[in-house]
Amino acid sequence: MSIPIADHVRDIPKSGIRDFFEIVQSMTDVISLGIGEPDFVTPWHIREAAIYSLEKGRTGYTSNLGLPRLRRAIADTVQKATGVRYDPNSEILVSVGVSEAIDIALRAILNPGDEVLYHEPCYVSYNPSVALAFGVARAISTSAEDEFALRADALEAAIGPRTKAVMLNFPTNPTGGVMDRAQIEAIAEVCIRHNLTVLTDEIYSELTYDGREHFSIVSVPGMKERTIYLHGLSKAYAMTGFRVGYACGPNAVIEAMMKIHQYSILCTSIMSQDAATEALERGEPAMLRMRREYELRRNYIVSSLNEMGLETFMPRGAFYVFPKITSTGLTSHEFSMNLLREKRVAVVPGTAFGKSGEGHVRCSYATGLDQIKVAMERIAEFVEETRQGRTRSAA
Amino acid sequence: MDALIDLLKHNPLMPRADLARLLGLTVDEVNARVAELERDGVILGYQTVINRDKWNPDTVTAVIEVKITPERDGGFDRIASRIAKFEEVQSCYLMSGGYDLLVLVEADTLRQVASFVAEKLSTIEAVVSTATRFRLKTYKENGAFHHFDTAPERLSVSP
Repeated sequence: MSIPIADHVRDIPKSGIRDFFEIVQSMTDVISLGIGEPDFVTPWHIREAAIYSLEKGRTGYTSNLGLPRLRRAIADTVQKATGVRYDPNSEILVSVGVSEAIDIALRAILNPGDEVLYHEPCYVSYNPSVALAFGVARAISTSAEDEFALRADALEAAIGPRTKAVMLNFPTNPTGGVMDRAQIEAIAEVCIRHNLTVLTDEIYSELTYDGREHFSIVSVPGMKERTIYLHGLSKAYAMTGFRVGYACGPNAVIEAMMKIHQYSILCTSIMSQDAATEALERGEPAMLRMRREYELRRNYIVSSLNEMGLETFMPRGAFYVFPKITSTGLTSHEFSMNLLREKRVAVVPGTAFGKSGEGHVRCSYATGLDQIKVAMERIAEFVEETRQGRTRSAA
Repeated sequence: MDALIDLLKHNPLMPRADLARLLGLTVDEVNARVAELERDGVILGYQTVINRDKWNPDTVTAVIEVKITPERDGGFDRIASRIAKFEEVQSCYLMSGGYDLLVLVEADTLRQVASFVAEKLSTIEAVVSTATRFRLKTYKENGAFHHFDTAPERLSVSP
């Protein structure tokens, strides 16, 4: 007899990235542009704060909502970024990464069968997280022509009688797409008119380039009361392993999320919270230095890809580029597999981020410039050889 | 300009074509900007950071704290530039606090440093006192570490 698995868990497909990861792991000398985390080690002053925390014997539980000082730092940070003030005592919850915050937010607001809309290509967890909360996830395709922004008319067309919420993630993993103020305001207007809740995953918001400022939907008047603002320290502060995220929202939602959090997680590790406090209070200069480095690498990688004939739009945020690879005559999966086998460069097939990612691959530039340079040379060779092979077979 | 200077500070040998690609400029534009920075004296030079454990490990480095009597007209500048011109002197700074000049000296032997201090530095009329301290070991030099941590492991593919 085997232990029966719950239907809604069994039905969730395995992540496409996972298969790919297994193959890459079995090979040597691979340059990976497949990594969704910063290549920087957490700035030393932040690591040192975690060490200090351990030295002081801070090894216990914290308040379920998180350390008060960290919540105050979060309130200040969010206010500076969005103009919206959250009460540290009742409107902020510290989570184990943004992933947990997304999970408990969905579980807190969805009744079985409620629909959640999200834009695609997108982060791999959105669809399964909705399914695990007994909701129904519906993807809205975005395209390179719109620089992967979500169109208000596409959103409106997707809204049905059971639609309860919309998930946003700008800047977007895997496309690097951003939304400007006017585009966000148009989305907000639709959400207000249809009485939708918005979950906005702002994990890449600091990593916005070309001197632009990220504009959050929560900044639109009338949106604070219907928005759950989700953010964390993993990307901008290179703190993925610390697992610190947070949710800001109306008190009733934070209370509901807290119920789930306190019975499943209890609290985020205290030394991670101490490190996060240091990051938010004093980490901005180090964060800005990393951002500038990403921006330079982005310029390098985009110009290299376009030069070799892979049409790539200049992403305005995150640390990914999403080149179009259809000119090679290959599918996303074929391109990624062949490139890995023939040239030992790992990129992630666009389809790992939803069907509308077909025709693209994701290259991360959270990798040192030396590696990026070699990877670009190898991809250029691969593209050239693939094209020549096609010409030969056609003749 | 800021980004260009940062890149050159980190690696002046980076090919100009790479600089151009990173900055979104043409090679000619990069060359023109570097030339301008050199001409304006923003960039004073390009140097190599040597691992002192591996190359001439017996070279002696000392920091010397120097107290001087400032002059009515020149202040500290004339004395400082007189000291800075000795070829043993690698760097020379005017400091706040308990002494006036911090002088970094490099020489082949201890005797050379001693003779520099005794015969050159201390004999300058305005110099009131000196305190010489020798380097024992180097941990970090011009922002570069001598002993690197091993590279942290990352998953090779992650979402």
